[in-house]
Amino acid sequence: MASAPTQETFSNFQQYLTKDQDIREEIRVSVREIEQTAREILTALQGVHQPAGCKDTVSICKRSREMFANIRRQYNELAAKLPAEQYYRFHDHWRFANQRCVFLAAFLVYLESDKLITREEAAELLGVKERREDGFHIDLDDFLMGLLQLANELSRLAVNSVTAGDYSRPTKIANFVAELDAGFRLLNLKNDALRKRFDGLKYDVKKIEEVVYDVTIRGLNPPPAQKPEAQAEEQ
Amino acid sequence: MAARSGHLYRGGFHGGHHKRNSGKDRVSHQKISRREPKVDENSPIIASFRTYQALMDRKNDKYERLVKISRDVTIQSKRAIFHIHRINSGVDKTTVLKEADEKLIAVREKLCQIALELQGEDLYQYIRAISPGLQEYIEAVAFHHYCLGNGLVSLTQVQSDLEFPATEKPSTEDGDCPSHPAVTLYVPPVEYMLGLADFTGELMRLCITSVSSGDMDLPFQLCQFMREVYHGFSSFSYAGSWELSRKMHTLRQSLHKVENACYTLQVRGLEIPKHMLADVFSSADSEDTGRNDIT
Repeated sequence: MASAPTQETFSNFQQYLTKDQDIREEIRVSVREIEQTAREILTALQGVHQPAGCKDTVSICKRSREMFANIRRQYNELAAKLPAEQYYRFHDHWRFANQRCVFLAAFLVYLESDKLITREEAAELLGVKERREDGFHIDLDDFLMGLLQLANELSRLAVNSVTAGDYSRPTKIANFVAELDAGFRLLNLKNDALRKRFDGLKYDVKKIEEVVYDVTIRGLNPPPAQKPEAQAEEQ
Repeated sequence: MAARSGHLYRGGFHGGHHKRNSGKDRVSHQKISRREPKVDENSPIIASFRTYQALMDRKNDKYERLVKISRDVTIQSKRAIFHIHRINSGVDKTTVLKEADEKLIAVREKLCQIALELQGEDLYQYIRAISPGLQEYIEAVAFHHYCLGNGLVSLTQVQSDLEFPATEKPSTEDGDCPSHPAVTLYVPPVEYMLGLADFTGELMRLCITSVSSGDMDLPFQLCQFMREVYHGFSSFSYAGSWELSRKMHTLRQSLHKVENACYTLQVRGLEIPKHMLADVFSSADSEDTGRNDIT
C-alpha cells in the first residue's frame, strides 16, 4: 500500500481535469462566436416578416447567405479545437448553437426555394461534415430540432405574409409544414426533448391552417393553376 | 361555407379548400384525420425522413442493447463484491479472492461485448448507457485488487484488462464473445474516478465487519488507506462533474465512519470482549448510511 502510486493516480487525474477545463473554455469561446453570428443572421432573416421585406425576400436571402461564410469559418475553428473523435464528449457545449444554425440554414433554403433543406445542404452551408465518421457534424437530433424551429417560424411567417398582402404564401407554407409533420410521424421518437418539441408541431400546423382558412373563405387566395389535375389525383 | 372540423385536415372534400402546391412533386392528399394521414412515398421530404428514421432506430437499438449488457455487468460485479466481503467470515482468503477473480473474468466477457457493440462509434454518445455498469465493475476490480494486498489499482491496469485480443472462438454461448478482432473498451478517467469513489464505500463496510469479527489490524490499515484516497480526491481543483462531487461527499462520510470505528476500537477495544465488539459497531453503523445504493 505505497503512497506514491496512489498519489500518482490522483495527480494524473488532476492533469486530466485541467486539460478538460482548458478545452472546454476554448470551446465556449468558439461557440459564443458562432452564436453571435447566428444572431446576426436571424436579425437579417427576420426582415421577411415585414411588408417591405416580404417583397424583398431575394435580397434578404442573398445578404444572409453571405453571412454564412462567417459561420463556416467559425465552425472550422471550433472543429480544430477538438481532440479527434470526441464530438459527443463536448456535445452539450454546441448543441443549442447547432440547432439554431440548422434552423437558420433551413429557413434560408426555404425562402430561396420553398424546399426542405437536406443534411447535405446544411452541412455545406455550415461548413461541417454530414456524417460523424468524417469529422465535426450536426447530430441528427439537433438537425431535426432545427427543422421544428423552422415550422414554428413559418407559422409566424404565414400570419405576417397575409398582413403584408401576400395571400398565396400561407397555402404553400401549409403544404410544406404538413409534409414536415408527416415526415416526423415516421420517426420512432423516444420521450426526450425532441419528442416534446415535436408535440408542439401540431400547434404550428393548426395555426397555419387557420390562416389559410381565413384567407380562403374571404376569397383572397388566387385560384389554383391546376385545379382539375389536383382533383383527379384525389382518392 | 363548409363546416370545419377541429382536427388537422388537409385535402379537398370541403368547399373552398382545393388550393395546393401542385408543383413538381405529387402532393399527399390526406383525409380528415382520425387515422394516420396517407403519406406520399415519392415526396423527397418523406424519403428524407425515412432515412432519418432508419438512423434513429439504429442508434436507439444500439443504445438499448448496451443498456441491457450494462445491467448484466452491474449485477455480476455486485456479486463479485459480495463474494469478496466474505474474507472476514473465516473462510480462506485466497480461495475467496480466486473465486472472485473468476467472477470478474466473466464480467470482462460482457465488457468485451460492449466494446464490440461500440466499435466504430463515439463512446461518449452511449456513455449514459454503459456508465453504471462500468463504474460497478471498476469498483469490484479496485476492491479485489486492494484485498490482494496491491493497494490502489491504477487506471492503466484497469484499461489494460479491457484490451481484448482477437479471438477465433467457435462457440457462441451466452456471455461469450464470438470470434472477433482485437478491440478495446476505453475507460474514461472520470468513470474510473467514480468507480474508485464507490470502492471506498466497500472499504468502509469491510472495516466495520472486520472490527466485528475481531480483527485488530485491518481496521487501522483501511483507515489509513482511505485517508490517502480521500486526500487525493480533495486535492482536485474542480470536480469536473456533479456526480463526482456527490460521491466525494459520500466518501467523506465513509471516512468519518471508519475513523470513528478506529477510535472506538482504540479506546474501548481493550475493555470490550471480542464477541461484544460486533454489537458496538453495528449500532453505530445503523444510524446513517449515506449511500443510497445499498443493496
